[in-house]
Amino acid sequence: MELNREELIRYNRQIILPNFGTEGQEKLKSARVLIIGAGGLGAPNLQYLTAAGIGTIGVIDFDDVSLTNLQRQVLFATNEVGQNKAQTAKTKLELLNPESAFTVYEEQITSENALKIIDDYDLVIDGSDNLPTRYLVNDACVLLGKPLLYGAIFRYEGQVSVFNLLQEDGSRGPNYRDLFPTPPPPEMVPSCSEGGVFGALAGIVGAMQASEAIKVIAGLGDTLSGRLLLFDSLDFTTRFLNIRCNPDNPVSGDAPTITKLIDYEAFCEGPAIPSTEAAYASISVTGLKRRMEEGPSPFVLDVREDYEYAISNIGGTNIPLGQIESRLQEIPHDRELIVHCKSGVRSKKAIDILKKQGYLNLLNLEGGILAWQQEIDSELKVY
Amino acid sequence: MNIEIIAFGIAKDIIQGKSVAMNLALGATVSDVKKDLIRDYPDFQSLASLKLAVNAEYVSDDYILNENDEVVLIPPVSGG
Repeated sequence: MELNREELIRYNRQIILPNFGTEGQEKLKSARVLIIGAGGLGAPNLQYLTAAGIGTIGVIDFDDVSLTNLQRQVLFATNEVGQNKAQTAKTKLELLNPESAFTVYEEQITSENALKIIDDYDLVIDGSDNLPTRYLVNDACVLLGKPLLYGAIFRYEGQVSVFNLLQEDGSRGPNYRDLFPTPPPPEMVPSCSEGGVFGALAGIVGAMQASEAIKVIAGLGDTLSGRLLLFDSLDFTTRFLNIRCNPDNPVSGDAPTITKLIDYEAFCEGPAIPSTEAAYASISVTGLKRRMEEGPSPFVLDVREDYEYAISNIGGTNIPLGQIESRLQEIPHDRELIVHCKSGVRSKKAIDILKKQGYLNLLNLEGGILAWQQEIDSELKVY
Repeated sequence: MNIEIIAFGIAKDIIQGKSVAMNLALGATVSDVKKDLIRDYPDFQSLASLKLAVNAEYVSDDYILNENDEVVLIPPVSGG
């Protein structure tokens, strides 16, 4: 794709780089990049990729800008709180570089829409904030043969790699499932809202992803394909680990068992633990519905993450699992407590914690909000 | 023999620090390290399916360790 006069000036400082040239710039102009999530990682990716002259940029995010985002998502401003992130990003980025074209998806990426959306792009940036989406995006990229720029952050630490990159021999490099074959239980994977995140770290890791993306597109240097970068900003250490393709990888190994997208929320929640099933007194969703209507109304405690609560809820009090011990004063001792999560696994962990704290009248909601959606309110949004 | 366990992410919470030294019998495997970690830190059970890296390479659970190896625990992190 030919560059116009203004583009030759705009991109001059990178065109004159060794090995970059107008050829590299033209590759960026022809490229189509999808950014999953316009958050801590998505925002710096969007800014650097737009500035560098990627021709077509897709951005998918169902969420709105919140005040807690602004500590690290420097693309957004205080007066934009409450506006959709993907749409707001587009408005800002068009001012930064009118040469780029933007497509906005104000929705959540799901097993239903992922293949259709991703198929339109050459390269995908993972800036998502939860494990189910990370496995979903990985599998979709493997199934469609798209390189995936991986980045993840937690507290002061970041991880970066390049997945599913086409190698010289025609094979694809390792992917997320070669690194993490099995997801640990959700409470072992705290989100930024639970664990906190260092603001500038999001910028560092996001800019690393953008830098790797530009290298992949322009064919520059050696990428992080086959290597995981671990960065600890607190003591400023970096460590590289070699990742190899696992022949037993269920999506890219010798005998793949995953040939289409699956239910990633169920996959990441893991199976309920049958051996401890009996130890938890429980109530069905129909039982809870009746209790709510007939009274005395129980205290419904929703222990999912706040982003999950924002998607859909049944009116309970939201205290994420990781915050229960620090927010006990919000949980009454003198009422029956019905604890729920998405499918009934995290709520049992919450009940364990509450039992230790001396709470007695505890019931686990069987099947969580998923059962509520199936049996009580089919309009409730599932995710 | 002595090996060093280095933790990232939530594994730091479990071992209550960035690293811990462990003394193992000669010929011990990664699987033995996991057993000892579960014994010393019961919460590690939740991460027992994690693939561990020795020095800079991911290895399988039957990998036999050598004196002064660095075993790295890297749980997935989801934040973005």
